[in-house]
Amino acid sequence: MKSLHAQNKPLAEPAEQLAILAGAPFLEGQLPTFQNQLQSIGQWPLTPKKLEIFQVNLGYMCNQVCQHCHVDAGPDRKEIMTRQTMQACLEAMARSGAHTLDLTGGAPEMNPDFRWFVEEAAKIGVNDFIVRCNLTIVVANKKYNDLPQFFARHQVHVVSSLPYYEVQRTDRQRGEGVFHKSIEALRMLNAEGYGMPGSPLKLDLVYNPSGAFLPNNQQGLEADFKAALFRDYGIHFHQLFAITNMPISRYLEYLLASDNYEDYMDTLVRAFNPAAVENVMCRNTVSVGWDGRIFDCDFNQMLQLPCSTKAKHVEQLSPEDWNNRSIVVASHCYGCTAGSGSSCQGTLTNA
Amino acid sequence: MENSYYNPKDLKKFAEIGEWDKALADKFFAWYGDVFADGALTAREKSLIALAVAHTVQCPYCIDAYASDCLQKGVSNEGMMEAIHVAAAIRGGSSLVHGVQMMNKVNKLSM
Ligand code: SF4
Ligand code: SF4
Repeated sequence: MKSLHAQNKPLAEPAEQLAILAGAPFLEGQLPTFQNQLQSIGQWPLTPKKLEIFQVNLGYMCNQVCQHCHVDAGPDRKEIMTRQTMQACLEAMARSGAHTLDLTGGAPEMNPDFRWFVEEAAKIGVNDFIVRCNLTIVVANKKYNDLPQFFARHQVHVVSSLPYYEVQRTDRQRGEGVFHKSIEALRMLNAEGYGMPGSPLKLDLVYNPSGAFLPNNQQGLEADFKAALFRDYGIHFHQLFAITNMPISRYLEYLLASDNYEDYMDTLVRAFNPAAVENVMCRNTVSVGWDGRIFDCDFNQMLQLPCSTKAKHVEQLSPEDWNNRSIVVASHCYGCTAGSGSSCQGTLTNA
Repeated sequence: MENSYYNPKDLKKFAEIGEWDKALADKFFAWYGDVFADGALTAREKSLIALAVAHTVQCPYCIDAYASDCLQKGVSNEGMMEAIHVAAAIRGGSSLVHGVQMMNKVNKLSM
C-alpha cells in the first residue's frame, strides 16, 4: 500500500479535501456548517486560551501506511523537519511558556535528528514530554530496538496507537502483522518499566475506531483494553485515549470509497456537544509542521489551512500574536466536538 | 409512494413520529433511553441483547442501529455472531419444542 501522494490521487491535495468538506450536505443546508453551529452557541469566532502544548510534526515519513491516517504518512513521504527548525521550535517553546512538548509524525523516530531533538528538549525542562510512537517502529529495524531504553533515559511519555485488543480489527486498519509487532513492542516497553502499575514511565494507548463509527465511552474502553491485554498477553499500560477519526486524507478517502461519508458527517453533526467546544485542542496548542509553519492543529496542518496570525512560521511565533488569533474552522472540526469530544489527549468532557 | 418498504434514511427520521403525537413519543423515547442505560446489565450487554432481538423480529432498522452500536461499544465480530446464534437457536428451538405438542396430539388420537 502507498500513500495517496505516491498514488497521485486527487485526494492527496488539501484543496480537494476542503472542497469535499465544504460541499454537500453542508452546501445544500442539510447539515449546519461548523461556523453556524458555533454561532448558535455564542462561540464564534473560536478563540484560544492559554498556550500549553507544542505539538511538533517531525515529518510525514512512516514505516506504516494505516488506512485511517489523516497525515497520509508512509515510507514514500520524504517531508522531514531539519535540525535548524527543531532548534527554532525549542526557542519558541521557551518563549511561550508552554509546558508540554508533543512529538508526532509520521513516525517521529524516523527523522535522523530525532534523538538529538529529544536530548535537547529534555535539557530545557519540559513538564510533559510526549512522543507518539506507533509501536511497530521499535521492532522495524535493529537501530530502533533500543528506543524503550532511550525513552526511559529521557523520561519521555510514550503515547501509542492500538485500535483494538485483537488481531483482525487492528490489522485491517493498520496493516498485516501490525498487531503482533505492536504486542512485541509493548512487551519491550513494559520490560523497561513503561506502563507498569505505579511506574513514573508513562505509557498510554490511543484507541480509534476501525471503521465509520464513533468511539465509545473512554473509561469503558480502557477497562476492556486493560483486561484483555493483560489476560491474553500480560501487558500493562496506564491510560487509554479514545480518539474520533477525522474526515481528512486517507480516512476521508475510505469514507467516500465505502459510501459512508454523508452518514459519518451526519453522525458527527448529530453528536455535536457544545461542552466539548470549551476544550478543543486548538485552544491550548500550537501545531508546527515539518517545514516550521505553524497551524491551529495537526488537522489544519494537513489541510494546509493557514492560521490567522501575522507570523506564519515558528521562528516568528510570539505568544501575544498567537493568543489573539481567531481559530480557522471547517466541517472536519465536527470530529473534535462529537460525543464526549476528541483530541490528541482523548475525550474532552466527562460525559 | 416509495417503491420500497424500507429506506435506510428513514431510521434517522425516527424522532419524527413525535410530530403526530408528541406526548406518547416523548414518553417512548425517554423510556427507551433509560432502558439502554448502564444498570444491573451494562449498556454493552443490552446492546447485544438488542442486536439478537433485532434479528428475531427481523427489523432492518434495528439491525443497522445495533450492529453500529455494538461496533462502537467494542463488541468483537465473534461476539455479535454468537449473539444472533442465540436468537436463531431460540427461534429454531421454539419451533421444535412444539413438536412435543404435536406428538401429544398424535398419540392421543392414535390407537
Ligand atoms: S496513523 Fe500513524 S502509524 Fe499509521 S501511517 Fe499514519 S502516522 Fe504512520
Ligand atoms: S479540527 Fe483543529 S481547528 Fe478544528 S476544532 Fe479540532 S482542533 Fe480545533
